[in-house]
Amino acid sequence: MSGREMLGIALAAVAVAVLACVPLMLGDYGLSLAINIVSYTVLATAWSLFSGPTRYVSLATVAFFGIGAYTTAVFVESLAWPLVLLIATGVSVVVAAIVGLATLRLSGVYFVIFSFGLAELVRQLVTWFEVNKTRTLGRYVFTDITAAQIYWQLLALAVLVFAIGFWIGRSRLGLALRAIGDDETVARHSGIDTTRAKVALFVLSTVFMTLAGAIMAPRWTYIDPAIAFNPVISFTVLIMALLGGVHRLYGPVLGVVPLALLFEYLLASFPNHFSIMVGLVFIVIVYLIPRGIAGLVEGAVRKPA
Amino acid sequence: MLFEVTLSGVTLGGMYALVAMGLTLQYGVARIMNLSYGELLIAAAFAALWFYSGLAINPLIGLIVVPPIAFALSYAIYRILLQPLVRRAKTRDALEVDSILATFGLLFVIQGVMLAIFGGAYFSYSFLAVPLKIAGATVAANRLLALLLAVAIGLGLYFGLTRTRIGTAVRAVAVDPVAAQLVAIDVRTASALAFALGGALVAAAGVLVSMFLTFNANLGVVFTLKALVVVIMGGVGNLLGALIAGLVLGLVENYVAVFVDPGLTLAATYAIFLLVLLVRPQGILGRSNR
Repeated sequence: MSGREMLGIALAAVAVAVLACVPLMLGDYGLSLAINIVSYTVLATAWSLFSGPTRYVSLATVAFFGIGAYTTAVFVESLAWPLVLLIATGVSVVVAAIVGLATLRLSGVYFVIFSFGLAELVRQLVTWFEVNKTRTLGRYVFTDITAAQIYWQLLALAVLVFAIGFWIGRSRLGLALRAIGDDETVARHSGIDTTRAKVALFVLSTVFMTLAGAIMAPRWTYIDPAIAFNPVISFTVLIMALLGGVHRLYGPVLGVVPLALLFEYLLASFPNHFSIMVGLVFIVIVYLIPRGIAGLVEGAVRKPA
Repeated sequence: MLFEVTLSGVTLGGMYALVAMGLTLQYGVARIMNLSYGELLIAAAFAALWFYSGLAINPLIGLIVVPPIAFALSYAIYRILLQPLVRRAKTRDALEVDSILATFGLLFVIQGVMLAIFGGAYFSYSFLAVPLKIAGATVAANRLLALLLAVAIGLGLYFGLTRTRIGTAVRAVAVDPVAAQLVAIDVRTASALAFALGGALVAAAGVLVSMFLTFNANLGVVFTLKALVVVIMGGVGNLLGALIAGLVLGLVENYVAVFVDPGLTLAATYAIFLLVLLVRPQGILGRSNR
């Protein structure tokens, strides 16, 4: 490990320590904003963990986020909290493995299409199950988990995403994925089991999305399928990751912070035209900043040298 | 009973086929994976609704008025919004990713506009809602009319693409854009035309669907998804494949809705999709070339 990397890790540790004190300093509104930012950091970083190197655009973030939220809603009153998180992880691994094995053997566009409708599919299945089997649509989430505890859990999850992302970047798996992103045929001919690498990473990235959903669920006291599987969440995560830049681990955070604040403002000022605004913001990003803020920063740093 | 369900399945399947034919033009020829495709269908359905209940204009006249507008709109979208991406893209895959992202943004813009105007409520209007008896089965006249018109439009498209000079050019671009250029086909114009034609088709389908289906501003995504599934099932760029796959999907959905549970139709769509991906990823009539 080089001196520069040690310095980076030390700086990150200090940053986490400062961030951990946030609930003690901010009021309720500030804390809810901070929770929002940290949860989107987890989601956007987990998204780009898979979609960054492979360049497979996943539109299914909320499918897994919602699975996590729903698992919490169903089990939080009857089971211990760690067990709830374990169940959520298990469910998401199974779903992601099925989706990955079916679509990731093929060209990327099949995966995109499959992920495009996945949230809607899961939403309809949950609705169908609730209406026909349990005869309740919508559940109340009663726990004694406080907002500060949610924040700390999310922060821990964020640290974990970064740690795993850092580790993958230096492992054989990370190298394999970058090769797949550059040219899949070449990667396969160099002896990489491309399907296995892609499925493994997809499963890993969805586990984080699911856990984020499970941890966030107590923030809403009432959950129904339309709230838990709201497609705007997938969309927001995608925008944030792209604005930040998906080819660097720290990229998505650069997109999360400004956009979370912007969306907070838009939602308060234009509640009825929110999705129009978000759509326009997104189109601007796709056209003007295709490599994200991280790409811009690196471009600016490299030029004078 | 079975015949009746089959008949209404065929009507629905006819709509899916029509919608998918437009998408296969956009994706197969213009190479644009258009995720905002279904929004145009819903927009056309709202236009037909507004014509009928606001201005008392027959939806059949709407069928003549709306698709040309959609054609012009799609043409403008392609020229202004998508052509810069086509120019920027180095490879076909890069264009695919860029177009997915751009049209995903467009989806939320169009959907947001419709939600702002009409809200999230379900709409329908009653046009030709008279029952007809065919060989013992009852079918609503508006459904039958929609099916016949869809068949007519589909046939017109098929002959337009196979029997005319410009149609042949469009098909040539679908097969190989580089080779098409070598035989003096203007690929950009052909792509723009194919994209616009796809928009006109989906708008026509929207008017037809509005005659017998209840719809709301959020339904576009579902139609996009089904059109994508049908296109892949039929084989990308293959009109006949889209027709067969559309009919299969419509029939299966209707059987599931009637005999199993209406809440599981999307699950049925996905089951078929999974089956196709596992067994024949190049599509029913598609050739594997990638």
